[in-house]
Amino acid sequence: MLWVDKYRPKTLDQVIVHEDAAQNLKKLVSEQDCPHLLFYGPSGSGKKTLVMALLRQMFGSSSEKVKVENKTWKIDAGTRNIDIELTTLSSTHHVEMNPSDVGFQDRYVVQEIIKEMAKNRPIDTKGKKGFKVLVLNEVDKLSREAQHSLRRTMEKYSASCRLILCCNSSSKVTEAIRSRCLNIRINAPTEDQIVKVLEFIAKKEGLQLPAGFAARVAEKSNRSLRRAILSFETCRVQQYPFTINQVISPMDWEEYISEIVSDIMKEQSPKRLFQVRGKLYELLINCIPPEIILKRLLHELLRKLDAELKHEVCHWAAYYEHRMRLGQKAIFHLEAFIAKFMSIYKAFLIATFG
Amino acid sequence: MAPILQSSQPWVEKYRPKQVKDVAHQDEVVRVLTNTLETANCPHMLFYGPPGTGKTTTALAIAHQLYGPELYKSRVLELNASDDRGINVVRTKIKDFAAVAVGSGQRQGGYPCPPYKIIILDEADSMTEDAQNALRRTMETYSKVTRFFFICNYISRIIEPLASRCAKFRFKPLSEEIMISRILHICKEEGLNLDAEALSTLSTISQGDLRRAITYLQGAARLFGSSITSKDLISVSGVIPQEVVGALLAACKSGNFDLANKEVNNVIAEGYPVSQMLSQLFEVVVEADDISDEQKARICKRLGAADKCLVDGADEYLQLLDVASNTMRALCNMPQEFSYET
Repeated sequence: MLWVDKYRPKTLDQVIVHEDAAQNLKKLVSEQDCPHLLFYGPSGSGKKTLVMALLRQMFGSSSEKVKVENKTWKIDAGTRNIDIELTTLSSTHHVEMNPSDVGFQDRYVVQEIIKEMAKNRPIDTKGKKGFKVLVLNEVDKLSREAQHSLRRTMEKYSASCRLILCCNSSSKVTEAIRSRCLNIRINAPTEDQIVKVLEFIAKKEGLQLPAGFAARVAEKSNRSLRRAILSFETCRVQQYPFTINQVISPMDWEEYISEIVSDIMKEQSPKRLFQVRGKLYELLINCIPPEIILKRLLHELLRKLDAELKHEVCHWAAYYEHRMRLGQKAIFHLEAFIAKFMSIYKAFLIATFG
Repeated sequence: MAPILQSSQPWVEKYRPKQVKDVAHQDEVVRVLTNTLETANCPHMLFYGPPGTGKTTTALAIAHQLYGPELYKSRVLELNASDDRGINVVRTKIKDFAAVAVGSGQRQGGYPCPPYKIIILDEADSMTEDAQNALRRTMETYSKVTRFFFICNYISRIIEPLASRCAKFRFKPLSEEIMISRILHICKEEGLNLDAEALSTLSTISQGDLRRAITYLQGAARLFGSSITSKDLISVSGVIPQEVVGALLAACKSGNFDLANKEVNNVIAEGYPVSQMLSQLFEVVVEADDISDEQKARICKRLGAADKCLVDGADEYLQLLDVASNTMRALCNMPQEFSYET
C-alpha cells in the first residue's frame, strides 16, 4: 500500500495538519446534524482526507465499507431519452461522485441522483440520522446550468440529504451555492507541517531520517502534502539509508518541460518550434493537462529570464491560457505561446547584443 | 417529507419579517404597501436594488398579508430563476395562471383578499428578453385579475416596455445602524455573544446585505459556538484578511518581480479565491491616497480584464500573476507597452 493511503488519517482526531479545522468539524457534527459544506483549497491540501474522516465521525466505521458502482441513468429530457454512465463510490450512508465527468449533461446527473437518494432514505432503528450524504468532487468544473439546478435541489431535499462539495477554487462556484453552504477553506500545508508529517511517517516506518532531508523534500513539493509523501517514498525506494544530499528526482514530465525550455532559449527558429511541437504532443498524449504544461513552462522560464522580460512573458502566458480555455485544441495555444516567447526573446537578444 | 429539524432551518428564513411594516429601512415602499393593504388596490410592482435588502421578503409579506394562509396557494404564483422560465413557461404556465378569474373581494378571516391574483417573478433580470417580451401583452390583457411583482437586482436588464408598466421601487442598501440592530435582535434570540468589534466587522464584510450577514453569523455560530470573534466571522465569510491583500500590494510596490511571484504563489496555496482577491485589491487601490489617478486607471483596467477571464474559467494563478505584474508596472512607472513585442 502506498504511504499516501497508509498514513491517511482515519478519524478527525488523528489529523495532524489541519487540527483546527478538524476540531471545528467535530464540534459541528456533534449534534448529529450538519449543514451543507463546501471545502475549497489547492490540491494536495487534505480536503478529501477531512471529508472521509468527517463521514467516519458521523456514521462510524460503516462509512468505510465502500463499493464502486458503475451506474447508468436513463433520463427523460423532454424530447429525448439520454443514457448517462457514471462511476460512483458508495457506502450505506454516503455516495461520492465526480459529476463533471459526464461533461455537459452533468445537470441531469445532479438532479437525478439526489432525487433517487431522497426517495430511498435510510432509517435506522432509533429513527435518527435520516439523511444520506452526497459528496461531489470538482464542483468548480460543473456547468453553470448544473450549478443552478443544484441550488434548488439543495433546498428542496435538504431534509433527506446533505451535500459535501469539494473544489479547488471557490471563485468558479456560483455565489448562490456558496451562500447556501458553510464554506471551509483548507489551505495548503506549510513546509514545516509537511516536515512534521514526513517525520511522523519515518518514525512509524522505523526509518533513519537525516536532519534537513525532510525539509528538502518539503521544499520540492510545492506545498502539496500528497506530492511530498509520494516523492519521499520514491526516495526510499531509490536509496536507503538516506543521505543528506540525496537527489530528489523531479517528475518525468517536469524534466521534459525544462528540456523544452532550454531548447527554446537556445534557438529561436521555425525549425526549433517544429521540434518542440513533437515534445508538446508527447506531453499531451501522456495526459498532462495543457494548463499544467503552460504553468510549468512559465515557472521554468521565470527562473531563467531577466526581470524586464518576466512581466511580458507572464502576461502572454495568462493571455494564451485564457484563449486555450475558450478554444478547442490546446496544442494551438501552447505553440502560440512558445512562438510568442521566441519572438520576444529574439527581439530582446537583438536589442541587447545587437 | 419529515419535518425539518429546527436547528437546520436557516436563520435567514427563520427571521424573515412576516409583515410589511417590519421590513427595515425601506420607508417609501412600506408606506405604499400599507396603503395597499387598507384599500386592497395595487398596481404592478417592480422592486429593484442590491441583494439582501428585503425585496423578496416584502413581496412575500404583502402576498401573505393580502390573502392569509388559506388562499395563498391558489392566489399567488412564485417563480424564481431556478425554475425553468423560458418563453414556453411564460406562454403556458404564467398565462394559464393569469387567465383564471377569481371571486370578487370579500374579506375572509380578517384578510383583505382583493379580487386579483399575484404573480411574483423573482430574479426577473435573468429572464431572457424574449420571455420578457412575451409577458408584455399578457400583463395588459389580464390586468383585471392579475398583478405582477417583478424583483430584480439590475433594472437596466428589464426591458423598457415592462418597466414602464410597473410602479418602481428602489431598495436601498441597509445602513450600519439598522443592520446592527437586526443582528443584535437575532443574537438575543439565539443566545449569541458578539463584541463590538465583531459587530462592525460583520457589517463591513456583508456590505449592506443583511442576508449575507445572517448567513455568516449562522455559519460562525455552528462552527465556533456561542461567542464569536471578528476573526471567526472573517474565516467563515471567505473574505481575505487585509494583511494578505496588503502584502501583495506591498510586493507590487517594491518593483521586485520574484517577490510578487512569491506572494501570488502564497495566495494560491492558502486557497483564497482569486475573484475575491481581485475585488478586495480593487477596493484598496481605489481608496489609496498615494496612487495617482493614471496609475489607478491602469491597474483597474487590467483588473476588469482579469475578472472576465476568470469568469471564462481561466487559471487563477496566471491571472493573478498577470494582475500583479501589471500593478507593479503601474506603481513603479514602468512603461505600459511591452518593449519587445513585434
